[in-house]
Amino acid sequence: MNIKIFSKINGGLKFLILIIFLYLVCAILNFDLFIVALSRFVELLKEVVPIILIVFIIMFFSNLLLETKKITKYLGHNSGISGFFLSIVFGILSAGPIYMWYPLLADFKEKGMKNSLIATFLYNRAIKIQLLPLMIYYFSLKFTIILSIYMVIFSVINGILVEKSLTYKK
Amino acid sequence: MPSTKAKEAARKTWNAIKNSLPILLGVLLFITLIIEIIPKDLYGKVFTNHGFLDPLLGAIFGSIAAGNPLNSYVIGGELMNQGVGLIGITAFILSWVTVGLVQLPAESLMLGRKFAISRNAFSFISAIIIAILTSYTLTIL
Repeated sequence: MNIKIFSKINGGLKFLILIIFLYLVCAILNFDLFIVALSRFVELLKEVVPIILIVFIIMFFSNLLLETKKITKYLGHNSGISGFFLSIVFGILSAGPIYMWYPLLADFKEKGMKNSLIATFLYNRAIKIQLLPLMIYYFSLKFTIILSIYMVIFSVINGILVEKSLTYKK
Repeated sequence: MPSTKAKEAARKTWNAIKNSLPILLGVLLFITLIIEIIPKDLYGKVFTNHGFLDPLLGAIFGSIAAGNPLNSYVIGGELMNQGVGLIGITAFILSWVTVGLVQLPAESLMLGRKFAISRNAFSFISAIIIAILTSYTLTIL
């Protein structure tokens, strides 16, 4: 592909082209690995398509019903403790892989959501209610409770530190 | 007839879909390749039961690993059966779900490069600190 044309393509498409190129290299070097990875990709795609749809439906309704003012009020710079509380609750409740939520969060960020709350939301995605029984089975109830409490506390600390690091000026 | 507001919301959502779909597909392809490249038995070989090295190594390998968190619990459980300390396993399962080197390009493209690097760096450090704290709290309680 012509370099000039490639430089004009947006970042997302460039990223996809680079990964496809990586797959082509993989197909040349190790065709079996290429086939296994590709079939796993199809399986994963089937799993995540419903979540992608849910995220885009939420995005449509947030564009339709949530005004920028409301997002700024509840998740913006003056949202205070309630903003953190909302990010923790929605972070824990949200399903699917972390990257499926990037488009919605990017949309909310554009409308005024604080970086600290995005980071807090993303950190709390690590607490998966549906997987807690498995964690208890492998590592005990005591471990699961202690770890979950630390994760919630550190999600807020992380959020604040991310915000501070982004606004820090030398 | 859909209202102007609904049309505008649909237009905005469609633009978001157009921009994010190549990134999401790229991440999915990248993750599946990484899952296949990293051998499953690699994790058990890296831990040494050292108080500080184990959480550090756990956090490093958890950050590189990708896929369903369920797998991190299963691998963590297997590692525990092999005699690996809980401190390293905790850092491993924590960084698996909170740090994402594989999805870093996607996070950078959608949420900003500085944000992505800063969030992942703090999450990495947190994974080590939480692993140490959890381990100590368990011994106290």
